[in-house]
Amino acid sequence: MTTVEDRKALVQEVLEAYPDKAKKSRSKHLNVTEEGASDCGVKSNKKSVPGVMTTRGCAYAGAKGVVWGPVKDMIHISHGPVGCGYYSWSGRRNYYIGTTGVDTFGTMQFTSDFQERDIVFGGDKKLDKLIDELEVLFPLSKGTTIESECPVGLIGDDIEAVAKKKAKEYGKPVVPVRCEGFRGVSQSLGHHIANDTVRDWVLPKADEYRQLPEGYEPGPYDVNIIGDYNIGGDAWPSRMLLEAIGLRVICQFSGDGTFNEVVMTPLAKLNLIHCYRSMNYICRFMEEKYGIGWLEYNFFGPTQIAKSLRKIAAQFDETIQAKAEAVIASFQPRMDAIVEKYRSRLEGKQVMMMVGGLRPRHVIPAFEDLGMKVIGTGYEFGHGDDYKRTAEYVDEGTVIYDDVSGFEFEELAKQLKPDLIAAGIKEKYVFQKMALPFRQMHSWDYSGPYHGYEGFEVFARDMDMAVNNPTWGLVNAPWNS
Amino acid sequence: MRQIAFYGKGGIGKSTTSQNTIAGMADRNRIMIVGCDPKADSTRLMLHSKAQTTILHLAAERGAVEDLELEEVLLTGYKNVKCVESGGPEPGVGCAGRGIITAINFLEEEGAYEDLDFVSYDVLGDVVCGGFAMPIREGKAQEIYIVCSGEMMAMYAANNIARGILKYAHSGGVRLGGLICNSRNVDREIDLIETLAARLGTQMIHYVPRDNIVQHAELRRMTVIEYAPDSKQAEEYRTLARKIEDNKNLVIPTPISMDELEDLLVEFGLLNGDEEYEKALAADKAVVAV
Repeated sequence: MTTVEDRKALVQEVLEAYPDKAKKSRSKHLNVTEEGASDCGVKSNKKSVPGVMTTRGCAYAGAKGVVWGPVKDMIHISHGPVGCGYYSWSGRRNYYIGTTGVDTFGTMQFTSDFQERDIVFGGDKKLDKLIDELEVLFPLSKGTTIESECPVGLIGDDIEAVAKKKAKEYGKPVVPVRCEGFRGVSQSLGHHIANDTVRDWVLPKADEYRQLPEGYEPGPYDVNIIGDYNIGGDAWPSRMLLEAIGLRVICQFSGDGTFNEVVMTPLAKLNLIHCYRSMNYICRFMEEKYGIGWLEYNFFGPTQIAKSLRKIAAQFDETIQAKAEAVIASFQPRMDAIVEKYRSRLEGKQVMMMVGGLRPRHVIPAFEDLGMKVIGTGYEFGHGDDYKRTAEYVDEGTVIYDDVSGFEFEELAKQLKPDLIAAGIKEKYVFQKMALPFRQMHSWDYSGPYHGYEGFEVFARDMDMAVNNPTWGLVNAPWNS
Repeated sequence: MRQIAFYGKGGIGKSTTSQNTIAGMADRNRIMIVGCDPKADSTRLMLHSKAQTTILHLAAERGAVEDLELEEVLLTGYKNVKCVESGGPEPGVGCAGRGIITAINFLEEEGAYEDLDFVSYDVLGDVVCGGFAMPIREGKAQEIYIVCSGEMMAMYAANNIARGILKYAHSGGVRLGGLICNSRNVDREIDLIETLAARLGTQMIHYVPRDNIVQHAELRRMTVIEYAPDSKQAEEYRTLARKIEDNKNLVIPTPISMDELEDLLVEFGLLNGDEEYEKALAADKAVVAV
């Protein structure tokens, strides 16, 4: 199976299993890239087909788990019954520095734990009281966000009124986030809703809330890291790289970031955006409102790191550009050594990916640096602009699958026989039982960081460990037995 | 045990009609009234009180519905009729529909449904959401009586309620027992409601005339049957009570489309037809032109 035609035929074969209506709808989400195409040619951001297994999350997951959750010195309340809060507790491995329970709260979970009474009589009073209690228990918190779960939207609680009242009472921000899970088709809408709350509830009062660090003077090299959630510590090597080329990172929004950093963002000269999908909205707003430009970058693998550092440096003066070249050159021997060490073990190995956010495209070059080839990729909740950006990353013949169903992914993997599957926890054990090496690409499988030069070393080691693990040779795959 | 429910547009007189009817049945039957309205006014005429303590109010105070005892919320009123109110949130907050579900589940679990001939549910307004359909779902009310009058909105509501009954008719076995016309002294009211009843596949089970004695009794927090047992109006309610007891005409309703309903209203002069509508618009235009 090497040609575009063969793989298109395979896609058709997989689709055959569906009833007509589902087939028609799913056929628009699967494609094989052709030479010179400027887009992946798939539809996206549409409702999943009822009855299939999708890996998507909900608006609440997008707002609480992704955008707001990592802001470490705020308390994020899962407002509603306990389940949503429990199952989103600390699952994304957003590392942070601080004393948990005193000045930071990242691995803690707060919920209003709705009972029948709160549904019938409304949960506003409880929310009000909860914020009072939090103020007593955690006086060093820098504010609160309220993430609505589904029932809150159904019973029409006025969380905005509670937010305004409590913000006034304590002189701290209280941000109501209307991210009821039934809204939208995936977690993507939750990202957007959370971005909008930053626009509507935080940035208008940024001057009032902001506490400038001692001796802070605005500088020409001030930048924000936007949309790096510091999964397994990703944001740290990224920050060190930017600082190494002479930039001053004034905010990490939101991985290992503080509320004060969020309100510092308008002071930067440039927004450097890692996860375009989840944070492009606020970058566009800051561009319009404060004239702050934004730039996407990719810190996966030495090739893209060098490219991105040069692109970022080009926004600044020659000193920065010279430093960028120096940094790239200084890391080159170390990168060469990593490639030297692993390439012979990974050369020609084929990968199928399926992740969220930006990774289905951004990680491809890191695999390529190791001599590996991505033969299939797709997004859980990408939009058209993600697939457009993906076109330049993928080769002819790459299978593209949007919101891939459990069935499709398995069937494609059976036929394409990749050497590694890189996706999420929901897929992991299915493929491991098929004797396929697997790495989680959401949580880095409890490893990381993968960003930056340091990250690449960890990435290369992890991929080698998975692909060349002798265990998989001892498992009989169903199609081999 | 037969479980019946009274539905109808808000303000149509459901609670008054149902309590008077139940009072008329109480001599011969053991009955429980389950009020399903946050206003909790479905039992006041039986208990001679403003409003009884409701299940949900007490549950909110205690913490959960599990903390209640049945005796605390199930009171005995006129002629030993058992009275309970679900209660619910104040207007504009929470979810009254869920409240009804919670309350009815509580009653079932606590064994409130034992040793009864009739259970009567008095349900607020229209069937706006799943919670308000609770009394007509599986194992609950089997016969629905829609209280209506010859006014346009009352008939809209009646038709909507019939749609709600149809939805659960096949899964839960609920049936429409008839329309009760609580007169508003509208022209040709009996004709109109009988026609609507026929279109819905049911009957006008009784026509309750308008009489000020109902208000006099209400003022004293009593049913007419208790306040003026020999009055003509008391006899009307007793007749309705007997008709319901003997009612065998239980149907799956055939709700009509909005167009059909409007045609019916035009036919009876409650609504203008398209011609008059066009004329009125033309007249407005003419005024503007001048």
